[in-house]
Amino acid sequence: MSTLIEFAGKVSLFGFRVIIDGLRPPFEGAQILRQTAEIGCKSLPLVIAAGFALGTVMTLHTRSTLVTFGAAAMIPTVQALAFFVEIGPLVAGLLMAGRVGSGIGAVLANMRATEQIDGIESLSIDSFKFLVVPRVVAAVVALPLLTLFMDFAGLLGGFLSEFTSSKISFALYIRRAFENLELANFVAPTAKTAVFGFIIGTVSAYFGYTTNRGSEGVGYAATSSVVVSSLLIILADVFLVKFIFFVFPETAL
Amino acid sequence: MSTEAGAVTFQHVFKAFGPKQVLRDVSFQVQPGETLCILGRSGTGKSVTLKLLMALLKPDQGSIRVEQDDITRLNEKGLSKVRRKMGFLFQDAALFDSLTLYENLALPLRRLTEKTEEEINFAIDKVLGNVGLGGDKEKMPAALSGGMRKRAGLARALVLEPRILLADEPSSGLDRITASEIDELLLRQKAEYGTTILVVTHDIHGARRVGDRFAVFDKGDLVAFGEVGEIERSENETARKLVSEE
Repeated sequence: MSTLIEFAGKVSLFGFRVIIDGLRPPFEGAQILRQTAEIGCKSLPLVIAAGFALGTVMTLHTRSTLVTFGAAAMIPTVQALAFFVEIGPLVAGLLMAGRVGSGIGAVLANMRATEQIDGIESLSIDSFKFLVVPRVVAAVVALPLLTLFMDFAGLLGGFLSEFTSSKISFALYIRRAFENLELANFVAPTAKTAVFGFIIGTVSAYFGYTTNRGSEGVGYAATSSVVVSSLLIILADVFLVKFIFFVFPETAL
Repeated sequence: MSTEAGAVTFQHVFKAFGPKQVLRDVSFQVQPGETLCILGRSGTGKSVTLKLLMALLKPDQGSIRVEQDDITRLNEKGLSKVRRKMGFLFQDAALFDSLTLYENLALPLRRLTEKTEEEINFAIDKVLGNVGLGGDKEKMPAALSGGMRKRAGLARALVLEPRILLADEPSSGLDRITASEIDELLLRQKAEYGTTILVVTHDIHGARRVGDRFAVFDKGDLVAFGEVGEIERSENETARKLVSEE
């Protein structure tokens, strides 16, 4: 238990340092752009493919139930609400915890093991600001954008699945999908993925940057980054959903 | 021991990792323009000595001076200024593997100097030419051989024209001829620029070529310090064995 509390304290301090150093000039604009492109662009195919497949499968599952109750017309609405409110943000967060989290953890741990981080420090460059802050900022920026791609890919997958069954037109599907969707249903859940991005970036960078286990630490950092950030994302989601309901009561369905 | 004239001064430095005492009451001074070779068996605190000097590690006790600055009392900003005076050649070169050789060298120049891109180009061409890598600047570190990586690491350590060069086992893992080329580069750096050099090495032949004085560590203690003749006459058997060419 004391180890868990110690770990939570260390990660929190690490995250606090990310915020402080992120707000302190000089800003690492080029590094942030590079990392955002690295995280965002390279994750896009995975997110789109996963969103599309998930949207298709979800429609296949929900269709039979809704048809039973004579509510087949609600399929686009259910699909949109499910994706924009919860499935898109959460699944995008978990996918990124796997892809980006393991990447950040492994890269930084490898840099530590091969003395590249010491090399940066020896050149009078603040390695924390140069390596950690841009990766966390990039994760914070990229995740909401990737979530949008996942949401719309899911909607497209849902449409194609529904089209094969009912030949619904695209315009009608989209109109029904957004008919009951409030702006708050869309903005707040998408914005919460910035918190997921912060969790992924901070936890993964913590494991990679602070390892002192040599090459063995690379695998450990990668695995721990994925496991811990996935768990924290799910836990944070509970509190963030409650928070969103509190701030935007109209979103509580 | 004078604390005014030295380029580098260690005074009563202690360092431990957990229960293991790595350095115990270590004191020595290196004069400007001098080359000190640090010898000792594996795990006796030689590389730790260099990392303490670069402030990559903090001593548990004692003071470390780089010229006039006591680095144990400096904040990050102060340390950054002191590090600018030093270059560090790491054991495995520690080049950034995501950047080309050119970008590895350009990074500190762009961030820490006011040089234009043209001046940066010129500085990189000059330092890469000096280490014999003039035609390899667009290569990635993974595409370089062991000897080339060492020379590239040396080029990066020298690109900011440091007054003090720290080299951690510059000839380890290299054949005799390539190791000799690295020794030549160190000798040339000292002769042309008067750079103070601290070299951690196991290569006694190379050390005898480049070293003015020697520091011998054994189990965390500095057991001998002085010119090669003094070490050969030392009462410490490990020190005598380490400088022996047999």
